[in-house]
Amino acid sequence: MTTPGMVLRFSVEGGDYAAAGEAASKIKKALRKIGVDAGVIRRVAIAAYEAEMNIVLHALRGRLILEVAEDKLRVIAEDEGPGIPDVNLAMQEGFSTASDLAREMGFGAGMGLPNMKKCSDTITIETTKDRGTKVVMNFDIDDDGVT
Amino acid sequence: MKTRYHSVVLDEEKCQGCTNCIKNCPTEAIRVRGGKAVILTERCIDCGECIRTCENHAKKALSETLDDLKNFRYRVALPAPSLYGQFKRGVMPRAVLAALRQIGFDEVYEVAAAAELTTYAVRTYLEEYTAANDRRNLPLISSSCPAVVRLIQVRFPGLIPRIIPIDPPYVTAAKIFYRERLPELDYPPEEIGLFFITPCPAKITEIKTAVQAGYHVDGAIPFVSIFGKLQEQVEAGEKIDVLPKSTGVGIGWARAGGESVAVKWDNSLSVDGIHHVAALLEEIEMDKLNDIDYIEAMACPEGCVGGALTVENPFVARVKIRKLAETVNDKELPPEVAALGAELYAKGFFYSGQELPAIPALQLDKDLGVAIKKLEQVEGLMTKLPGLDCGACGSPTCRSLAEDIVQGNAQLSDCIFILREELEELASKLLLLSQKRPPALGKTGSEKEVAKSESKESSGKD
Ligand SMILES: Nc1ncnc2c1ncn2[C@@H]1O[C@H](COP(=O)(O)OP(=O)(O)O)[C@@H](O)[C@H]1O
Ligand code: SF4
Ligand SMILES: [Mg+2]
Repeated sequence: MTTPGMVLRFSVEGGDYAAAGEAASKIKKALRKIGVDAGVIRRVAIAAYEAEMNIVLHALRGRLILEVAEDKLRVIAEDEGPGIPDVNLAMQEGFSTASDLAREMGFGAGMGLPNMKKCSDTITIETTKDRGTKVVMNFDIDDDGVT
Repeated sequence: MKTRYHSVVLDEEKCQGCTNCIKNCPTEAIRVRGGKAVILTERCIDCGECIRTCENHAKKALSETLDDLKNFRYRVALPAPSLYGQFKRGVMPRAVLAALRQIGFDEVYEVAAAAELTTYAVRTYLEEYTAANDRRNLPLISSSCPAVVRLIQVRFPGLIPRIIPIDPPYVTAAKIFYRERLPELDYPPEEIGLFFITPCPAKITEIKTAVQAGYHVDGAIPFVSIFGKLQEQVEAGEKIDVLPKSTGVGIGWARAGGESVAVKWDNSLSVDGIHHVAALLEEIEMDKLNDIDYIEAMACPEGCVGGALTVENPFVARVKIRKLAETVNDKELPPEVAALGAELYAKGFFYSGQELPAIPALQLDKDLGVAIKKLEQVEGLMTKLPGLDCGACGSPTCRSLAEDIVQGNAQLSDCIFILREELEELASKLLLLSQKRPPALGKTGSEKEVAKSESKESSGKD
């Protein structure tokens, strides 16, 4: 972050399908309020939604953090959970360990992490077995890249 | 802020300052200030939701009336297809058209007939677009409901490119009228008045604000304002013979789902009711419906039959429209219509060519940096407000009050809970102050007593 900006935090509960997507939706609303380009909002919202769903689907609890400055946007998703044993494998399209229940509900297509990578300008994943995962995604604000 | 034209306005005298309307507005465009509702014109999409909600009928639509027919020598009615659903079962379009003639129109040109050409155009556009585009540029969204189009401009600007750039049926009706009938008439265009008979305020606004190229609709007259007169004529029986041109394909457009049935596009989805539409647009914006080709979205419950300026119950009207459509062939476009559609489509006749700008009415500031600061202030205020969204402050939600405060249009004490806290604080301060004596006053008996009681109090606390 080059210029100081603002920070918004949203907590996310693992397994709470009813509230799933609310944090991403709040992030989307906030970005709309400050007038970020619609294409950028779309990318951030999709990436944030996938990050939120991964906490709901795969972790115990966590939070989404939105950092906004005039030239940069950052979404951080951090959780307490099992961690990702093989990040390279998890990044592959279609790879998923989602439960049958989650699949029945239409989640777990294994496209979440690949989409997060596509939508963001940079993505880093730190993960520790049995501790949790932290995904940091950066977005250029004035560049309306196509996803 | 630039004020936009709106057909939906407030009747100050009738407004009781209740907060029913502010809650139901899909763009949070209404506030109650000074005991009266105020419509924020930049945000209003003229969906008419507040007209439906207000029990005091304090929201109304500005429109033309039959008096305005006087300004023209040749007056043409363009009745919306949903008009046919307003009358008793068994009343056929020809009776409605005759009634329109009898109340003062020289000619009637059915929008339902034009909707059949629109059907052809939309179908062809869908075929071309789906063949040429990636799934991530889908679904497309129907352009026929102006309230939905405006909602997209205000709340979902990213979806503007998804709006099908084909004129809505009433515009096609006007264009066709000028193309076919003008050469046959002995009047110059300025002496011909075209009036759309409308189920809703959204169409009125669209007519008043559209840049009308190659056609001109001179005004709009709501169903409600002429229904009584039409009804009388219908009951009296037809005195003029008018032959309807429309078939069930066009008439079906009056109800939710009718457009996709007419267009015969299987991979489509129909949604009605402005809040349902907004929820679905959220999903589309998140790329969750890329597997669907075409969305028919109508602001009103049950579609245009549920327009805010209609008279019949929307559910009843919907059934009547469906039944009527079935009796006059709703399966195939008549071959001559399809042929004309093809000829005109090739010429770009249906292409709306309208630039639809984003309307940044929900933004906190034009400047991103300032907007970020304001959002931060909003978040700060949110920690103070109770989060009950009760509306007593005159803003629809706590968050919208926080935004209004940050924009300088409201105060924290507008929240009755904050006000109560402040009053409590003030009251205890007052009590304390009332017990203080100016030092200049001598030690009178009473003063001593106070001093005593004060020391008692403090010692009691220890
Ligand atoms: N926050 C997380 N905690 C633990 N495992 C995760 C997390 N996010 C992703 N994963 C693992 O990576 C896999 C792929 O993730 P993703 O691409 O989002 O697909 P999906 O969520 O549909 O399974 C998941 O199935 C899961 O095994
Ligand atoms: S659904 Fe029909 S009646 Fe309702 S606002 Fe849209 S166009 Fe008007
Ligand atoms: Mg996932």
